Amino acid sequence: MSAMTGQIVNLFAAILLLIAFAMLSQRRILSLINLFALQGLALVGSTLTVAFATGQKHLLYSAAITFVLKVIVLPYILHRLIRRLNVKWDIETLINIPTMMLVGIGLVVFAFNLALPISHFSSSVARGTLGIALACVLLSFLMMITRSKAVPQVIGFLAMENGLFFAATSATYGMPMVVELGIALDVLVGMVILGVFMFQIREQFDSLDIHHLEKLKED
Amino acid sequence: MNIEGILAQLTEMLLALVAAPLLMGWVNMCRAWLQNRRAPPLWQPFFLLHKLFLKEPVIAHNAGPIFRTAPYVVFGCMLLACAIIPTISTNLPLAPAADAIALVGLFGLARLFISLAAMDIGTSFGSLGARREMLVGFLAEPALLMVLFTISLIASSTSLATIVSHLSGSEFTILPSLAFAGVAFTMVSLAENARVPIDNPATHLELTMIHEALILEYSGRHLALIEWAAALKLFAYSCAGLALFFPWGVAAASDHVALLFALPVLLGKLAIGGFLLALIETVSAKMRIFRAPEFLATAFLLGVLALLVHLLLGA
Repeated sequence: MSAMTGQIVNLFAAILLLIAFAMLSQRRILSLINLFALQGLALVGSTLTVAFATGQKHLLYSAAITFVLKVIVLPYILHRLIRRLNVKWDIETLINIPTMMLVGIGLVVFAFNLALPISHFSSSVARGTLGIALACVLLSFLMMITRSKAVPQVIGFLAMENGLFFAATSATYGMPMVVELGIALDVLVGMVILGVFMFQIREQFDSLDIHHLEKLKED
Repeated sequence: MNIEGILAQLTEMLLALVAAPLLMGWVNMCRAWLQNRRAPPLWQPFFLLHKLFLKEPVIAHNAGPIFRTAPYVVFGCMLLACAIIPTISTNLPLAPAADAIALVGLFGLARLFISLAAMDIGTSFGSLGARREMLVGFLAEPALLMVLFTISLIASSTSLATIVSHLSGSEFTILPSLAFAGVAFTMVSLAENARVPIDNPATHLELTMIHEALILEYSGRHLALIEWAAALKLFAYSCAGLALFFPWGVAAASDHVALLFALPVLLGKLAIGGFLLALIETVSAKMRIFRAPEFLATAFLLGVLALLVHLLLGA
């Protein structure tokens, strides 16, 4: 375990944070999906780095699962979904991106402060990255809150899982294999169900804007 | 202060004066190639400067003293900025005169004078350009300061020469905060040098121009000085970026052999940087002026993130 490994993991953590912010400010749905795939790739990189540095076999498997699921399968499903839903070139009107960015910075400061005492207990090489993982999760939350269309919300949900996974690998060298497989399956099944759900929303309301769901009965 | 330092300082200033128009010409050349046009020669900016210096300046009747002095002030600011940024050697007698924060102040002073001069003449284009320039400037400055704060924290000094010798001297480390700061610095440089996402340097279309609107009333040697100063500003920003983020090859205080290699290394880095600038300009479209705050807010955000990441990861 050299200092270099820690630096590489830190770099990947920084890239994850950068992509989380890019997703927060991205208007186009298509670019959002590509950013999500890129985030998955950064995650694979950091997992592989930790795996080779610590010699933990199961991290290699989880890196492989992450690669297949988050870089290939999920983006492919999402691409197909937006093509079939015909929202490929949709641009969402986001109000006031600078303000959202400032809120995001506030969240990052909060997450860093929150993670600081916890990371003192961790003996892992990249314990400083716990704060970044937490920040990624909170930023994905923020993205889910501020988006009004269904597809970006789903991507926010998936990005949140990325953040959690990163926290698990960097702070504790990964979860047990059973848990990891379960989560991977959950995400996949969740994606399929949400996809069906989106078709239902569009059939009911002729749009993917989830503000239509706020009314419980028809007037 | 010794004779070597003075020599290095003079070489650097001369280099800046010669290389800045060449860099401008190189960027224009690359852009022409990328757009499938025939490129103007590399020394085209020199022809332009020569032509402008020979012409008689025409000055409006109601021009005040600020209008006449502004070109000299702007040119002086940019030359001083080029002089304190360590490009080939860190042994610079002028470097203690201004640190990284004063460098931002120098750019601010030049911006103030050129905006005042544009408003001085009283045309609507001038004041329009001045207002836009100030809008971009006041958004870009905090972002630039954040980047410089981050790097100063890493090197625990605000002196540019110390920062560069610290960064190039220590063994190779990956600093994520520098990656953030580098992206933010690139965005700020694009905005400050009136480059494509914010302003188009080749346009005279009244609705979109910023930099060109400011200097519309200038002619003759005044215009030449301003054009030269613009080239120097691009050179200063490129050199600052190279010195802060790719500091390899800058000669240390008493290293004579490195000094010989410093110049080709710098020129090579500048050539690559200029090509990348032309590439960015070719593949991206100019933003609406009201999107500029968003662009620069993103740069500021990245600067703040760099600071936070440095404080959290200690790297």
